[in-house]
Amino acid sequence: MTSATITAHGGHHDHHEEHHDQFGTVQLGFWVYLMSDCVIFSGLFATYAVMSTAFAGGPTPHTIFDLPYVAVETALLLFSSITYGFAMIGAHKGNKGAAMGWLVITALFGLGFIGMEVHEFAKLIHEGAGPDRSGWLSSFFALVGTHGLHVTSGLVWMTVMLVQVARRGLTETNIRRLTCLSLFWHFLDVIWIGVFSLVYLMGVSA
Amino acid sequence: MSAHDTHASHGSHGGAGSYLVGFVLAVVLTVIPFGAVMKGMVHGSQAVALIMGAAVIQILVHLRYFLHIDGKTDRWTLQALIFTIFVLGIVLGGSLWVMHNMNTNMMPTAMQMPMGD
Repeated sequence: MTSATITAHGGHHDHHEEHHDQFGTVQLGFWVYLMSDCVIFSGLFATYAVMSTAFAGGPTPHTIFDLPYVAVETALLLFSSITYGFAMIGAHKGNKGAAMGWLVITALFGLGFIGMEVHEFAKLIHEGAGPDRSGWLSSFFALVGTHGLHVTSGLVWMTVMLVQVARRGLTETNIRRLTCLSLFWHFLDVIWIGVFSLVYLMGVSA
Repeated sequence: MSAHDTHASHGSHGGAGSYLVGFVLAVVLTVIPFGAVMKGMVHGSQAVALIMGAAVIQILVHLRYFLHIDGKTDRWTLQALIFTIFVLGIVLGGSLWVMHNMNTNMMPTAMQMPMGD
């Protein structure tokens, strides 16, 4: 009986320690995932750079890129980055309402970004500047589309987190998940810096 | 307290002030290249230098103020980041270098063909 109690207690104690240490381990693991994702994007960026003049007699960045439109997309993502920051500040303060409110605002900015991107893609394809037009456009749709898919996954994750926080509150587990999502979301904004610089700005200024 | 320390070392998070500083810097570093290109103020290698320079600084700003990579970040996170930057350099630089060499060494007739068509 005594031994069983000790074992149970010991087991519980180990679990307790593990639980706290888990925060850092999970976050490091998630960071390693982000870095591997970064390598995927490096391949897409390299492909785009190599293909950047493969127009095949078709459209060029000058003819199809609309910089003011891209500037608005960039602004939406940047605003969503700072509003996610405010959501995390609310979460760390244990303020459920603030955390959820800022998360909803972040998701709306993200949704606006995706909406604009889908509209841009649809317009390009309609104008005959789809991914099948030239090597340059294939690499453009691959790179920008992959980023867009990531943002969409982030929005799905954010919706799930809103439900989780609404039902279970700001538990340690939920804060850990929100922290991983914040890394993911800010990481996507970093990738977007590469996209608007290399793809849109360099394309139009060349 | 020890749990809080562990938490802080891995997931250090800034206050609203820190986020606002990062946000203002990011806006400035976005507006400069966009403005310069949209007004047609820069061309050629000047444009490349300005756009890439602003992008690199903005990425550093995001890493510092949004992803909280700073002096308190644990070394495994930093090592993963540095290794990734190393791989990034090889993939990007290597691809451009190899393809540039291939293009310059191609037969003249082949060179006129659009690449990757």
